[in-house]
Amino acid sequence: MRERSEMHQISKEEVEKVADLARLDLTEEEKSVFGSQLSHILAYVDQLQSVSTEGIPLTSTVAESQSEWREDIVLPGLTVEQALANAPESDEGLFVVPKILGK
Amino acid sequence: MSLFKLTLKELQEKFTRGEISATEIARAFLLRLNQVESKIKAYVTLRDKDALLVQAKSIDQSLQGWRKTQPLMAMPLAIKDNICTKGLRTTCSSRILEDFEPPYDATVMARLNLHQPLILGKTNLDEFAMGSSTEHSAFGPSRNPWNPKFIPGGSSGGSAAAVAADECVAALGSDTGGSIRQPAACCGVVGFKPTYGRVSRYGLVAFASSLDQIGPITKTVTDAAILLNFIAGHDPLDSTSSRKETPDFTKSLKKKDVKRLVIGIPREYFADGLDPEVSETVQDAIQTLKELGGSIQEVSLPFTQQAIATYYLIATAEASSNLARFDGVRYGMRAKETKSLAEMYRLSRSQGFGPEVKRRIMLGTYALSAGYYDAYYAKAQAVRTLIQRDFASVFETVDLLVSPVMPTPAFLLGARLEDPLQMYLSDVYTIPSSLAGIPAISVPCGFSTMGLPIGLQIMGRPFDEPTVLRAAHAYEQATTWHTRRPVIRS
Repeated sequence: MRERSEMHQISKEEVEKVADLARLDLTEEEKSVFGSQLSHILAYVDQLQSVSTEGIPLTSTVAESQSEWREDIVLPGLTVEQALANAPESDEGLFVVPKILGK
Repeated sequence: MSLFKLTLKELQEKFTRGEISATEIARAFLLRLNQVESKIKAYVTLRDKDALLVQAKSIDQSLQGWRKTQPLMAMPLAIKDNICTKGLRTTCSSRILEDFEPPYDATVMARLNLHQPLILGKTNLDEFAMGSSTEHSAFGPSRNPWNPKFIPGGSSGGSAAAVAADECVAALGSDTGGSIRQPAACCGVVGFKPTYGRVSRYGLVAFASSLDQIGPITKTVTDAAILLNFIAGHDPLDSTSSRKETPDFTKSLKKKDVKRLVIGIPREYFADGLDPEVSETVQDAIQTLKELGGSIQEVSLPFTQQAIATYYLIATAEASSNLARFDGVRYGMRAKETKSLAEMYRLSRSQGFGPEVKRRIMLGTYALSAGYYDAYYAKAQAVRTLIQRDFASVFETVDLLVSPVMPTPAFLLGARLEDPLQMYLSDVYTIPSSLAGIPAISVPCGFSTMGLPIGLQIMGRPFDEPTVLRAAHAYEQATTWHTRRPVIRS
């Protein structure tokens, strides 16, 4: 394990902000446990800050190519029934969700 | 000899010669599952028994008169439960997908199914493949067949345990940072992560798309080559799958030596933290490779110690984005009685995901959030380049790299559950090659004094699976570790 000298303590507010961005509702206990575990993990990953990466290109993938062209033709896909088969709620060929706009 | 003890190659030969029927194979494995599955818990979902027997019977009937078999016909396989199987529940060992029945097959399944294998079921994993022990499965951990008090490894622990316990003849797993190789090592079987791009990821539920790769978990290196032959190759449905020609991987098994191969031993993989017993066992294996004609050379991969930090930023960042799709709208669990769409998203995700998945989504979201993106995510991507250059540079002088798979043998169930970082550290030797996208195999190379298996990792150049398989096979044939099977007490 690396030194935890530059320990980045994540505050409860930060945990709440990140949970909100990730669309997660955390219990008070989860906030506290995740806060301390994330601080611990971030202290560990902080070791990367000591690596000089000036001028080093970023690797987002090791794949040979990312963009592929194909003919613009219709290929078989899922039927509406298949696409809706796993939906928690559907009606008349559509996904049903709770109300989006306010009352 | 009991049918369930055979290797894929042996079972194929017996079936092709007409010595056994598909029905006999199905019955033998159903019996085996009945005897040991309650102790191993390798599977999340078993195929319906009657459906399996009907399929076997139909195979037998189709062969009457003119016995024209196909290579995988009637072979009983197990599939990791993050690979979509049409009409067969695919849960990723998560509550959020507990009732999900894919309307389509992953490309690897479509390719296997052309040859009519008997799919026995879907194997357990750490939820969404996030973990190293299967303890993060929402349906409970699988057990190590060598000792049920120990982890089978993860995340493909169910597949590795199923192969080791003779609950299938071969299996598919997926590897993001070691999830094929580490459980294979823990369970004393062969696990092969091919080069990134060698096998289509279409239908593999995404965890970290730039790292995920499907591969075989088998009893022998030969079986791994056989299975890889069926799943490898370009797929128009996965633009990251390679257009390189797919060789016949079984051809690389002809030479039973490693003559004229330079084998690099990365010194950083034998540093602090390596269990002395594992170290000694791997050193013995290196000696065997030397006796088989390999030229052994110590090398250095200086950025090895940054690999875990790099991985846990990149993999969690990608996961936080990939798992955003689980929103309770199109598939998966939806929280009941919610008042608004936003609340429905939050509650469905909070109720559906387990703690490790939430933790990683949080870490990934943090690393990608405004103000931290450059310091964490971009930094990790730059260090990934350095790690990749480490490998490219040593592969100018060596043909293969050899190391342990894991710093210790399998640990006790529960031992690292409360300390996520300790759990992450068990992937220290498998993560660098994942970041570089190179092929790497785990082969059994001995046992600890506790009687737990130890694995040897052999890594190769991108798309040089043939040389990796050749060395792994030569080593396997020169030793007897792969012939040992656990005794599962009733």
